[in-house]
Amino acid sequence: MVSLQINTTRRRFLTETARTVCGVSLFGLGLGFYTQKAFSLPPTSLRPPGALSEKEFQAACIRCGLCVRGCPYDILKLADIIDQAATGTPYFNARHAPCEMCEDIPCLLACPTNALNKSLTTIDDARMGLAVLIDHETCLNYLGLRCDVCHRVCPLINEAITLEPQHNVRSGKHASFIPVVHSDKCTGCGKCEHSCVLETAAIKVLPAHLAKGEIGHHYRLGWQEKAKAGESLVSPDASHEYNLPEGLKYEHSGKGLIKN
Amino acid sequence: MQITSQQHLFASKRSWIQHHKWLLLRRISQLSIFCLFMSGPWFDLWIIKGNLSSSLTLDTLPLSDPFIVTQSLFAGQLLTSVTLTGALIVTLFYIFAGGRVYCSWLCPVNIATDASSWLRKKFRIKSSSLFARNTRYWLLFTAFVMAMITGTLSWELINPVTLVQRGLISGLWISAAIMFAIFLFDLFISRNAWCGHLCPVGAFYSLLGRLGFIRVSAHNRANCNDCMDCFAVCPEEQVIKPALRGTDQLISPVILDINCTNCGRCIDVCNKSVFKFTHRFNHNTYVNKPLNQEPSQ
Repeated sequence: MVSLQINTTRRRFLTETARTVCGVSLFGLGLGFYTQKAFSLPPTSLRPPGALSEKEFQAACIRCGLCVRGCPYDILKLADIIDQAATGTPYFNARHAPCEMCEDIPCLLACPTNALNKSLTTIDDARMGLAVLIDHETCLNYLGLRCDVCHRVCPLINEAITLEPQHNVRSGKHASFIPVVHSDKCTGCGKCEHSCVLETAAIKVLPAHLAKGEIGHHYRLGWQEKAKAGESLVSPDASHEYNLPEGLKYEHSGKGLIKN
Repeated sequence: MQITSQQHLFASKRSWIQHHKWLLLRRISQLSIFCLFMSGPWFDLWIIKGNLSSSLTLDTLPLSDPFIVTQSLFAGQLLTSVTLTGALIVTLFYIFAGGRVYCSWLCPVNIATDASSWLRKKFRIKSSSLFARNTRYWLLFTAFVMAMITGTLSWELINPVTLVQRGLISGLWISAAIMFAIFLFDLFISRNAWCGHLCPVGAFYSLLGRLGFIRVSAHNRANCNDCMDCFAVCPEEQVIKPALRGTDQLISPVILDINCTNCGRCIDVCNKSVFKFTHRFNHNTYVNKPLNQEPSQ
């Protein structure tokens, strides 16, 4: 009788523990899948200046919203549970309201953890994303007009965005001034995207990993190597010889065919 | 439970206020903490910035939730001095006040789950719990393991406690609506499910409260007339029995179970003034006869 009772108690204990552990494990599995999805930050959601890489940021950010309170322009938002950005983490949408690039970076100073890295001290060194002039078909400057708005609103005008004159093939006699973003200067503040006059912006700030290509690490650019070494590394430069009739010479840059 | 608390209320001479003293104080505490956070966004009076995860009071005093900070540690992030200080202050406070004071005096979800259990009694909705009481410790373990495996604050993606309080403070209404979902779950699906069985936040704070200094004591247990009101009202009824019924076994009248939330409901409902707040080393009973034998802890 006693042994039967012990057996039923033990049986109950084991089945109930198994039930709880299995239930919790299944829950943990589901949570794991959901967590993987949460790493995919939508490209339109930008992190505040100084943010660590997305995975590290999500581990370090304790979702307190102090950066949101720190932002004097109310640009940052905390993600609600239905937003695509990870629950409770701060982000901003450049087309809606761009970073105003405060010199003292109050959002970063407010962060109690290292999610917004304190080693960023100059806002011009921030890399929230990278502006890309994505649509050449609708950009007014590409169409030959002098819109120039993205260039003029850029806090680092003539450094992060420059206007490069090009021959306007359509008119045949004008120049097009093409906005060109320089990744070594662009902070990703989003002012260009915010102020693009089109219905849908032709210039957009994207996360750097989407916007930027990367040259193969084994690639060597001949002209750079040559400049570094002071001479050609492959073989001595041979001057090009044209196989021309007597009395004729050819100069590649400029004069062309020269009769003696 | 044959005798309902209503009958006892009418039978006693204690006023309604006396019957709800600690409940009212807890609601005042919960609401004023919320108002301290909201005075900034509402009236531009910045007393506390942030939320219960981490905050800055009067631009000087940092406070951080040790549970989230621990998850962050498990996820492989180093502590900053600000979060370390903040988490230490909070930890010391709960070691003094009793860990699960967080649950009954701060956490906004508590208002919803209290409403559920009140309505359950009102409408006599009877159903047992679907979960074991220790499920919360398994979930706490899972939260830490998931933080380690995924390298991020996995649990915080769906933690209803932080979702609700962040939702209320930052105006994220869908997050805040989780509170209503928990209310319905506790009301119709499983009794006391969230706060009493599942919540790993409460489980974490219960562990902090292992040394909790402020405790409830059934100091007047000789007066108990077995009306069962305290068991009926207590969200963690298993914690009362050893203290209340332990006279013969020489068990201390102090409720030392880590899951006692120090909510004071038992003090409120008891017409025989059996319970009171005291500290954990006060093993005296009402007749001032100290127990000869210290309880084993």
